[in-house]
Amino acid sequence: MENVTLTVNGKERSAPAEGRTLLVEFLREGLRLTGTHVGCDTSQCGACLVHVDGEPVKACSVLVQDIAGAEVTTIEGMANADGSLGTIQAAFREHHGLQCGFCTPGMVMAAASLLKENPKPTEAEVRHYLEGNICRCTGYHNIVKAVMAASGQDVAPPAVAAE
Amino acid sequence: MYDFTLTRPTTIADAVSALQGEDAQPIAGGQTLLPTMKARLAQAETFVSLTGISEMRGISAADGVLTLGGGATHATVAREAAASYPALASLAGRIGDPAVRTRGTVGGSIANNDPSACYPAGALGSGATITATGPNGSREIAADDYFQGMFATALEEGEIITKVAFPIPEKAAYEKMLQPASRFPLVAVFVAKYADGVRVAITGASTDGVFRWSEAEAALSGDFSPAAIEGLTPPSNDMISDLHGTPEYRAHLCKVLTARAVRSAQ
Amino acid sequence: MPKDHGIGASSKRREDARFLTGKGRYTDDINVAGQAHVAFLRSDVAHGRINGIDTSAAEGMPGVLRVFTAKDFEGVGGLPCGWQITSIDGNPMQEPKHPILADGKVRHVGDPIAAVVAETAAQARDAAEAIVPDIETLPAVIDMKAALAEGAPKVHDDLTSNLCYDWGFVQENKEAVDKAVAEAAHVTTLELVNNRLVANPMEPRVAVGDYALHSDESTLYTTSQNPHVIRLLMGAFVLGIPEHKLRVVAPDVGGGFGTKIFHYAEEAFCTFAAKELQRPVKWTSTRSEAFMSDAHGRDHVTKIELALDADNNFTAIRCQTYANMGAYLSTFAPSVPTWLHGTLLAGNYKTPLIYTNVKAVFTNTVPVDAYRGAGRPEATFQLERVIDMAARELGVDPVALRRQNFITEFPYATPVAVEYDTGDYEGTMTKLLAMIDRDGFAERRRQSEANGKLRGLGINCYIEACGIAPSQLVGQLGARAGLYESATVRVNATGGLVVMTGSHSHGQGHETSFAQVVADMIGIDEGQVEIVHGDTANTPMGMGTYGSRSLAVGGSAMVRATEKIIAKAKKIASHLMEASADDIELKDGKFTVAGTDKELAWGDVTLAAYVPHNYPLDEIEPGLEETAFYDPNNFTYPAGAYACEVEVDPETGKVDILAMAAADDFGNVVNPMIVEGQVHGGLAQGIGQALLENCAYDADGQLLSASYMDYAMPRAHDMPMFQVDHSSQTPCTHNPLGVKGCGEAGAIGSPPSVVNAVIDALQSGGHDVRHIDMPLTPARVWSAMNAAK
Repeated sequence: MENVTLTVNGKERSAPAEGRTLLVEFLREGLRLTGTHVGCDTSQCGACLVHVDGEPVKACSVLVQDIAGAEVTTIEGMANADGSLGTIQAAFREHHGLQCGFCTPGMVMAAASLLKENPKPTEAEVRHYLEGNICRCTGYHNIVKAVMAASGQDVAPPAVAAE
Repeated sequence: MYDFTLTRPTTIADAVSALQGEDAQPIAGGQTLLPTMKARLAQAETFVSLTGISEMRGISAADGVLTLGGGATHATVAREAAASYPALASLAGRIGDPAVRTRGTVGGSIANNDPSACYPAGALGSGATITATGPNGSREIAADDYFQGMFATALEEGEIITKVAFPIPEKAAYEKMLQPASRFPLVAVFVAKYADGVRVAITGASTDGVFRWSEAEAALSGDFSPAAIEGLTPPSNDMISDLHGTPEYRAHLCKVLTARAVRSAQ
Repeated sequence: MPKDHGIGASSKRREDARFLTGKGRYTDDINVAGQAHVAFLRSDVAHGRINGIDTSAAEGMPGVLRVFTAKDFEGVGGLPCGWQITSIDGNPMQEPKHPILADGKVRHVGDPIAAVVAETAAQARDAAEAIVPDIETLPAVIDMKAALAEGAPKVHDDLTSNLCYDWGFVQENKEAVDKAVAEAAHVTTLELVNNRLVANPMEPRVAVGDYALHSDESTLYTTSQNPHVIRLLMGAFVLGIPEHKLRVVAPDVGGGFGTKIFHYAEEAFCTFAAKELQRPVKWTSTRSEAFMSDAHGRDHVTKIELALDADNNFTAIRCQTYANMGAYLSTFAPSVPTWLHGTLLAGNYKTPLIYTNVKAVFTNTVPVDAYRGAGRPEATFQLERVIDMAARELGVDPVALRRQNFITEFPYATPVAVEYDTGDYEGTMTKLLAMIDRDGFAERRRQSEANGKLRGLGINCYIEACGIAPSQLVGQLGARAGLYESATVRVNATGGLVVMTGSHSHGQGHETSFAQVVADMIGIDEGQVEIVHGDTANTPMGMGTYGSRSLAVGGSAMVRATEKIIAKAKKIASHLMEASADDIELKDGKFTVAGTDKELAWGDVTLAAYVPHNYPLDEIEPGLEETAFYDPNNFTYPAGAYACEVEVDPETGKVDILAMAAADDFGNVVNPMIVEGQVHGGLAQGIGQALLENCAYDADGQLLSASYMDYAMPRAHDMPMFQVDHSSQTPCTHNPLGVKGCGEAGAIGSPPSVVNAVIDALQSGGHDVRHIDMPLTPARVWSAMNAAK
């Protein structure tokens, strides 16, 4: 075991880690930041997606010792300073882009990376970028809408009742 | 995952030296290796991380050759090689997904030589030269000699890929059909047209791993058009048979995707 | 104006704030002080005799607390099956034992052989690998028909064969159906496979067992859709713990889709081991482990015949289905191919005679049970495919053929034992056709052809029986449980409400929609209503969430309890305002006396209930808390019409979905936004089944699709933007909300339209392909095209 230090959501955090300790294990068990989820073991579902030094990374496929000293942003660091939902988070809520919530942290983090790289993506670009994030609940329809809305583009409003 | 000691050298020399240790294996981006280790199908006493070696990350284009450091990530190649070698940048930019591309490296992909990986097709299709560095220094290996079958390469124990040099063709394209679960190629074809001929490298299709389709190369070297391969029988190299495709289907895709790559080559 | 609150409003979900900020509390987020971890050693062969298990090396490994095998469970019950089916010959189904850890034999890849409890999860896994089982491999039976052949290896040595049951329904109709098929002007026959699926909620299963020495109480935290059911099954049938000493908590659950209904061995193991070791014991499934331990879904092999008269009226349907049970009977497995399947074979059509025979078969595969739709997708798929095929054979428009045979008068008693209360199949079809521009299809097809692609349009209808309930009926049908639902409404002194429901939300948004209903009834802000679910310690006994039943059954219980609250509150108000209770009205959170200007706020009355200084104590008790159990008298019958438009690449066989439209009748709708989200998710799972997903075994029983490397989960770019409509509403007549349920519709209704569309595309290209079994992968489509050249 060696002590690993990361800057997580702007704060320096340390915890012990083995050689085999994955970033996601370090976050969930070492730092008790349980917003980052594990949905698979083959690096495909994206529920564990976080940002390492500003880039999207699957936290289940990175050894934490290998990124000692890095800056990590997790879902817990995505709200505004006053605690209100950030733009992407708010768009997911507004457009019902989540149901069970388990894939949601990874989706939000992936969406943030996309919008940083491509501020006004097309629908096809959103779908393509989310290739590494699996959602079983929403059929992606409202996730795509939420990401488009978060980029400031017009999307149809959420369903309303018959008049 | 079995436990191990992780070491993080910052120079190639230190990495090579660390790999001389008892039961030491290199790990690059880990995007294939870590899931394999989680399934307990790979283990070592010591893993030597190659991610901290800045001298292995460079990308440069000069004299018609694109040179990638072995540690260059797919995301970096997609971005920085787009101007010099667009087809290869496009290949890199379509590996896995964005998060995988942040970590995965060209050296890791070529060292592993997964029969369904993308980079082996790009390297073989470009006639790349692979620089392997080990305890006895560096040596250059031609792609044609390097890929030796499924997961088999010319790399010696203790060697790592420090550099891959891709001659830049006049035109090239990479066409792939995804295996819908893994998102690896079900079959993918890299076609590159050089002044002295055309190279066609196919991944995902054969149990022998990446291979060159020589009949197509000959036909396309004479006439670089989809029509040139219309009359060819698809390659018969031992095609993979699995849940996602029969050997016949894979062979058929080799031909379809080769034609499409020729059509989209630029 | 659209409503902005209460029933009918798209209220934003209150759950979302915690899920979007990483504050959800899923089972794996729960760590009990002092917890140990368990790892299971699972069989890597499909069938084998256990001649011994050497645990000595594992026991000496670092951190190991104890290694368990079947011998540690002597005297402990096996996992029970909650539904008994009776065969044609009057005998009950064959019901094998289902031990917590494999006893004597292993019967599928993944069958747990031994369990190691250690200080850390990694130590437990390391030690599990050091266990040496001595297993003699036996021949495996994987194919259902082979499993029924004379001399086939038996999955369970103590059963007479691999046949679980042989069910005929409606047996009295059989002769008449045979005659009608023999005498029909036209019979269309289709043989098909309904592919085996894995539910794959994104949260893998987790169980944490805890034991309190001081009170002799066990607690299980688990990823369940129905914690009370788990408490009952595990307490009464497996571990012998009375309910008052057993608490089951299902906190935030990351999706279920059926597979988290069932009681699993790992839940019982963790609860048992926690008491044995006096340490909390935690198990977290990996995804790869989930593939071989979560109950699978579907897996039917079916032959269906549709008989028509000379005027193309449906005269009879005859089906023969082989249904895979896997190696053991999962909790509700026997009900899926029978009562959830046979009763739906009338579909939306007035076919007078229907008979189905279902043979349920044991094989050396993971147990199969309910997955989103459960039986109803299988019924819908075979029916809507055979109708499409009949239309093609007869050269008639598939929509016209359906319309001609629609049931148009309600209530309608089908020949398969159910009575549809309401519906408007013409209405949803008309809506659908307005959504999809069928007239423009020919031009769109021409454009596709110009681009070298084949375009197809597939349309189908569906009906489902959901709001799974009436206890007396399901009891007659073999259920070993009641299927009512419950709610306790507790009004606090200052007017806020806590509703404790037996339903469970794992993505459905009950915390929002249930609050809308109660708030609407009283006329207060939704924010004043808190929904509590998922913990047997603070909710009334309830049967949980599956079968699109939560609002129809659980919501109705909540309405009944709230009605009791309102009645009592009116009595208090009448006392306070010195008026007759009959004259009291409650609107917008205010009590008024008809014909006067007297009024009292909701909070004044609730306060009086708890500070009963001026209160009719001789007539009513203080306090304001009521419980209701609701047991409806029928299923609900959502129905609709779906359409799919595809493009097929003839060079590769790849299918692209260009449009997917769903016109549903869910009766009344409480939260349209949530309803549409449910349909979207169902559509994606249906499209996944149709094009991508396949749980496959090889002949030796090795799972070929054992991880996300081979099991193709639908991704964002496999899906189009969906068109959904639920404005065609014929309210359910027998529940107080008039709701029908929407959770499964998309998964039931979409597979046939996808396949119908692909067949339509291939036929348009001159390929005489009648049917392709799902999933329609590029390789399968290409092979079918080439076989039909």
